[in-house]
Amino acid sequence: MMRGMHEAIGTASKELTIAGRTLRSRLLLGTGGFPSLAIMAEAIAASGSELVTVALRRVDPASRGSLIDVLAEAGVELLPNTAGCFTARDAVLTARLAREAFQTDWIKLEVIGDEDTLLPDAPELLRAAEQLVDEGFVVLPYTTDDPVLARRLVDVGCAAVMPLGSPIGSGMGIRNPYNLTLIREAVDVPLVLDAGVGTASDAALAMELGCDAVMAASAISRAEDPVRMAHAMRAAVEAGHLARGAGRIPRRTYATASTPEQGLPDFG
Amino acid sequence: MIRLNGEDCDVSPGETVAAVLARLELSPEARGVAVAVDGEVVPRAEWRSFALAEHARVEVLTAMQGG
Repeated sequence: MMRGMHEAIGTASKELTIAGRTLRSRLLLGTGGFPSLAIMAEAIAASGSELVTVALRRVDPASRGSLIDVLAEAGVELLPNTAGCFTARDAVLTARLAREAFQTDWIKLEVIGDEDTLLPDAPELLRAAEQLVDEGFVVLPYTTDDPVLARRLVDVGCAAVMPLGSPIGSGMGIRNPYNLTLIREAVDVPLVLDAGVGTASDAALAMELGCDAVMAASAISRAEDPVRMAHAMRAAVEAGHLARGAGRIPRRTYATASTPEQGLPDFG
Repeated sequence: MIRLNGEDCDVSPGETVAAVLARLELSPEARGVAVAVDGEVVPRAEWRSFALAEHARVEVLTAMQGG
């Protein structure tokens, strides 16, 4: 009986569907910052992730990397991104090039507005999203934790929204959990926490707040032991997702006894 | 002369995108590569026929860790 129930939980709530593609893992991975491709491959395996994001940069004849081969070997799907773009124009062109390079319509859309914080540029982001949706892309935008902007992105046809918890690579976790809760209420597309995760508890919290998935990059790649952290993130995302489904108890100011008073002995 | 990935590169008039890729040791079948000329994507199917004009700005991109 218990075993059957456990399996039901596993199958009913485990899979994530984005734009018709089903993913068994709710952990998405960034590829930046790993000490080596070998450690990246090991971390991907430990994370269980099936969707991994890559950037587009100029070919460097000096360093003929085998990133594509390593990711193909790992059996993961590529999610190209527009990292480094500061305008809608550059992001749209980068997305078109990514489609050409990797034969995928999926794009993790990043349009950055500030070099120090790497925060998204909302008007440019929305403009780029609208254009790319028009061109048939499956757009997954990296956005601020603004519920109104999230809704606007969904209105123009984005397949998911990916708000930050805190700035990229900051490891500051989720600075405004209240906003994530509001975004969860505002949109019915998959909600993916995209930036700020520092350690496993941040990923678990994101899932408990109602995120459908978590994207982790630096938190894993720049950890002292990336492979172990990848494993921790996998467990945290699963734990947070199960906890969200289980329904947490409300927070109370005072204690609520878990043991009945009835039958309490009187020791005189 | 063209600009190839931000650097001057000697190219005779009429040379194709495929010929420029060969200088980067990339074949027209290279996986995970995309080309833009003057801000427009040149589809892989056109690499062998697309002739570069003088001062063309060519960007040859591939997958890199990041994002």
